[in-house]
Formats: sequence, structure tokens, C-alpha cells
Amino acid sequence: MGKGRFGDFGGQYIPEILMSELIGLEEAYEKAKQDKHFQEELKGLLNSYAGRPSRLYYAAKMTQDLGGAKVYLKREDLNHTGSHKINNVLGQCLLAKRRGKTRVIAETGAGQHGVATATAAALMGLECEVFMGREDTIRQALNVYRMELLGARVHAVTSGTQTLKDAVNEAMREWAGCMADTHYVLGSVMGPHPFPIMVRDFQAVISAEAREQILESEGRLPAAVVACVGGGSNAAGMFHHFIADEDVRLIGCEAAGLGLDTEHHAATVAAGRIGVFHGMKSLFCQDADGQIAPVYSISAGLDYPGIGPEHAYLHKTGRASYVPVTDEEAVNAFEYLAQTEGIICAIESAHAVAHVMQLAPRLGCEESVIVCLSGRGDKDVAAIARYQGRKIDE
Amino acid sequence: MSRTAQSFAHGKAFIGFITAGDPSIQQTEEYVFAMAEAGADLIELGIPFSDPIAEGPVIQGANVRALAAGTRLRDVFSLVERIRMRTEVPLALMGYLNPLFHYGYEAFFTQCQKVGVDAVIIADLPYEEKAELSDIASRYGVDVISMVAPTSLERVERIAATATGFIYLVSSLGVTGERRTIDTDLEEIIAKIRGVSDVPIAIGFGVHTPDQARELASKADGVIVGSALVRMIADSQEGSLKHEAQEGAPQQEGALQQEGAQEHEAQELAPRREDALSAGIPRQEAFVRGSASAVRQAIGDYVRTMKAALRDC
Repeated sequence: MGKGRFGDFGGQYIPEILMSELIGLEEAYEKAKQDKHFQEELKGLLNSYAGRPSRLYYAAKMTQDLGGAKVYLKREDLNHTGSHKINNVLGQCLLAKRRGKTRVIAETGAGQHGVATATAAALMGLECEVFMGREDTIRQALNVYRMELLGARVHAVTSGTQTLKDAVNEAMREWAGCMADTHYVLGSVMGPHPFPIMVRDFQAVISAEAREQILESEGRLPAAVVACVGGGSNAAGMFHHFIADEDVRLIGCEAAGLGLDTEHHAATVAAGRIGVFHGMKSLFCQDADGQIAPVYSISAGLDYPGIGPEHAYLHKTGRASYVPVTDEEAVNAFEYLAQTEGIICAIESAHAVAHVMQLAPRLGCEESVIVCLSGRGDKDVAAIARYQGRKIDE
Repeated sequence: MSRTAQSFAHGKAFIGFITAGDPSIQQTEEYVFAMAEAGADLIELGIPFSDPIAEGPVIQGANVRALAAGTRLRDVFSLVERIRMRTEVPLALMGYLNPLFHYGYEAFFTQCQKVGVDAVIIADLPYEEKAELSDIASRYGVDVISMVAPTSLERVERIAATATGFIYLVSSLGVTGERRTIDTDLEEIIAKIRGVSDVPIAIGFGVHTPDQARELASKADGVIVGSALVRMIADSQEGSLKHEAQEGAPQQEGALQQEGAQEHEAQELAPRREDALSAGIPRQEAFVRGSASAVRQAIGDYVRTMKAALRDC
């Protein structure tokens, strides 16, 4: 059995052509993990460039309004480039440079990961090409231009459903031809080993900070930590240092789109089944024949038919639970947070906020919950306006 | 000797690939016979998959057409069953792991044995994960073909040592699709394979001209051609679509200019359609049938040309 297993999940189901590159990447990553210079350089970039540590903000007004557990927001939206994606990208680009790569490629859904990759590439002098589903280039036109401003080339992917899954397909195809000088900066805790572990490690800074911060302000651990899940990278980062704290509930919020009773959702845990795709054995939305299903969410970043293998494992063992959140609930939470706390969060993160709005009132006021605000919502403003029937130019 | 190994018993082997169900199961059956009659030594049938990450645009298109036609794995098995009534040509199924996973590995290989599939090639199952299938497959006498790539480096010997049937040597980096030139230095890899295994080596990815076939086969035991064959099917489909479009609403000028090549093809195929029309066969069906026989002819001619080239080396 291949490496990188979480119980039954994970592995390296990838064309032979890419295997040696994955082995080289794993070796380089293991070495970098032990290397003080690498870790110091990364920490320096995270702090001085990306603006870490991110704040753990006590949302007093929201707490009062909901009436229950204290709500804390882990403000990944305040990072440079506006989301948690920068944590992973700085790590991978630094590693790519160490390995002598001169070019990086990436897939992107909402554009957050693409923008982060283009940013790190500009900073480190790497060439950058981003694959984005054509559908998403329309939904997130501003981010396309942002990436181009940063010097990246953006390819609109026209195959399949023209969304995130197809962008990953195209990036993998591209990588199979150019791995000698190119690193594929995978944006989530998915794909073949070592990506699920490496990306989780780079994102684990979120929970390392949050755990310390909550102990400082509350003197005790939270009742729950909550994060949205597409592939699952901000959730993996938010959960990691709380996994051993068995009393802390870990809750992932997946996109239920128009509802689980329709075909228009991306709720992999609720509606998916085990399968093998994009290099990993995990849970996927698929039909009875194992054809990957077209998925839907108002959020381009959660519009993915799979979930990282560690999440599949945390679900199977019951350590984490995953709840579906509809477009409507997410949009309500998006507006609620804007009006209650003056924070416009990403529509992805609003899925987690929506669940906390239900959860907090059910908990005692001596308890606390942390929700990961994985990104800021500037990119979503026009789309939410359209959703509410308002036509505005971006 | 297994039927897979027999493919290499009559000189350099020509292996042809098409996707099952592209554009229909019935036509795939005809194209398989066309290849077998023309002397193909082994035929690979693609199991359609929604997300074929190792394929270039030509074979991606075949997957889209086959799925649009409703092709399921059970249809592929009944296709093989019908093929086996008429020919003993060695057959391999090629695809991605997920459809097999859902069919159930045990059920999948039971069916393979029952209908006469000799080997499987799984694009997303490298050596490190091969244990997923190898035990079950060997119980049913089906070879799981090992792939070796120019990037396999020190893993080549390990892969080759456990290979059965034949070794699929990937000619060059990237995805499937015709390449103008193949300049990878394959000699070193082939020498490494030969050092640990006498399993035949077939080279695929990018091969489409007789010269390439001759050149590559001189270093190995055979060549694999996919995209060049699938393109013949794809062109006939675009030709028929084009024809429909011309009969229907007028297209934008830009689009017409862009598709100049296909327009030419549609005109070439048109007389066949006229013949069929006069025989009183409904229009659209007649056109598709005409195009299918043209494709069958083209596939047969192509395989004969490639076989002739391989005889010289």
C-alpha cells in the first residue's frame, strides 16, 4: 500500500509519470521540516509579509445577539491576499525554490489560492501559471485581473464542468509535462501524498495560534472549532492542534448549495461515497458508476466534488463532524456578520458562520466557540448582490 | 503463454486503442473488428471516465462522447462478449481506478475472466498502489499492465521485476496525444528493464506515423497508438455535427472559418449520405452510418500501414 494513509483514505493514485516527482517532493519536504533555516525563513515570511499571527477576535456583539457561547473569529481574512491560502503557498513556494524550480502552477476555484500563488511567485521570482474553470473566471473576474496584475498567466479551463475539479485536472495534465522545472502548488489538503500532509502542516499555524490565543483569553479550551470545508485546507489547519483535545468538537461546514434534496450541492460527506480520484482515496460526489458528479455551490471555493483524505478519516472515526449549509443560510450569515460585526467575510467562510449562528445559542455562556474566517468577502460582493437581485458592476 | 504475451509472438506488435462507446458501443464493435482484421496484435478498449487526467484533448473528447452515449462498464463487458464471438484478438481494458472500484474489484475481474479480457491498464495506479488490484487480478488470470515513464528513474527495475503481460513504456512526458517528434532517450530505461525482466515492452504516448512506429519498435517489442485512431472517430463526429449545423440555423461566419478543416471533411462524406438517402434510409441515421463505414475503412487502412512499417524492423 502506498504512503500517506489516514486509515483507508489517502495514498498516491496518480500516473506513473508523476511518481518520482512526488517522491522527490516528499523527501525535500521531510528535510525542510527538520531544517531550522527553512522553518525560520518561513516563519519570517508568515510574520513580516503575510501579517501573522492572525487575530483571534472576540465577537462581543454577535455573542450578545445570539445568546450563548462566546464567539471568537480567527481572522485569516486579515492575512495578506485576504485568506488562509497564503500560509500554504509561502511554504510550498519556498520549498519549490529550494528544489531549484523556476516555475509554479496552481489550480484555483474562487481565485483566492490563485491570487496567493501569484503573490508568492512574484515575491520569490518564480514564473506562475494558474488554471481556473471558465465558469469561475466569470464568477470571479476581479481575481483573474488581480492574478494578471501580479504577473501570472491565467488559463480558463473549458473542459468538463469548467469549475475547480476541471482546473485540478488541467493542472495535473500540465504538471505531467513540466515537472523538471515546475512545482504544482496544490491549494488544499487533497491530491496524492505528500500534499494532504504538507498542506495541512503549513495550515496548522492557524490552530497553533488559536489554541494559544483562546487559552490566554478564556483560560480554557473552546467547546467547538468550526470551519468551512471544500477540499478542506482551512478546516485542516483549524482542527490540527485541537485533535488531541478530545473535548473540543471539530465541525466542518460543507456546501449544501440549493439543498441536499436537489442535485445542486457539493456536500461530499453528507452525500458522497468512498472512491479514488485526484490522486487520493477519499469521499467524492459521484454516480453509481464512479463517474465524478458535477457539483454546485454559490461559493466557487467550495464547489469541489471531493474532500481531503484526513477529513474523510476524521469523519469515519467520528472525531470530527461535517454539517451541510445551504447557499441561503450562507448568504444570510454573510449579511449578518457584515451588519453585526462590520466584517465582510468570504462566502466560503460564511458557511461556517451560519453554523455557529445555530450552535452558539445551544451552548452555555461560560463556553466558547472559534470559527475560522478563512477569507475576506470583497471578491463576493458583486455575486451576493446578484443573488439578491441587485445588478451592480464590479 | 497468456493471450497478452501472444500479442508479441509474431514480430513487432501493433497495439491500437479506442474508447468503448465512442460514439456508440455498436460502432466500437465494428472498429475493433476493423483493427483485428487489419492485423492489430492487441486492442485496448478505454473505459470511459468523467475526468481522465492522463489524456490529451483527443482522448478526453472520446470520453465525453462515450459518456454522452450512456456507456457504462457493463456495456463494455457485453461489448467484449460480442467481440469474443468473432475474434480471439488479445484485449485489454484501459481506464481509471474509480469505475472499477465502484463495480467492485472482485466482480470486475470475474467479468473480465468470463468475457475474455486479457489485461487491464489503469492510468492512475502506479507501482506503489498496484497491490490494490494485483492479487485479485492474478486469481482471475488477468494481467495488470505496469507502466514505466521516462521519469521512473531508480524505480524502473522494481516496476519491471513484478510486471506481467507487457510493460507499457511511456515515450515522453505529458499526456496522451500525437507528437511531431519523440526524442526521449529510452535506451537506458529499456536496458534497465531488460536487466530484470523478459516481459515484452510496448511504447506508447505520441506515436502516430509509420516512421515513428518503425523507429520506436526497433528499440522495443511494439508500439501503442491511441489518439491517431480516436481522431478518425472524432473527425467523423465533428463532420456529422457540422453537417447538421449547415442544414439548420446559419452559423456565425467566424465559427465557420475556424472549422474550415471539418467543413472539408463534411463535404467529402456528403455523397455517401446521398447514396443512403436514395435507398430510403432516414437522413440523420444515414449520414452517421455512412461516416461509420468511412471510419472503419480509414482505421483498417491505418492499421495495415502501421503493420507494414513494423514488418520492416
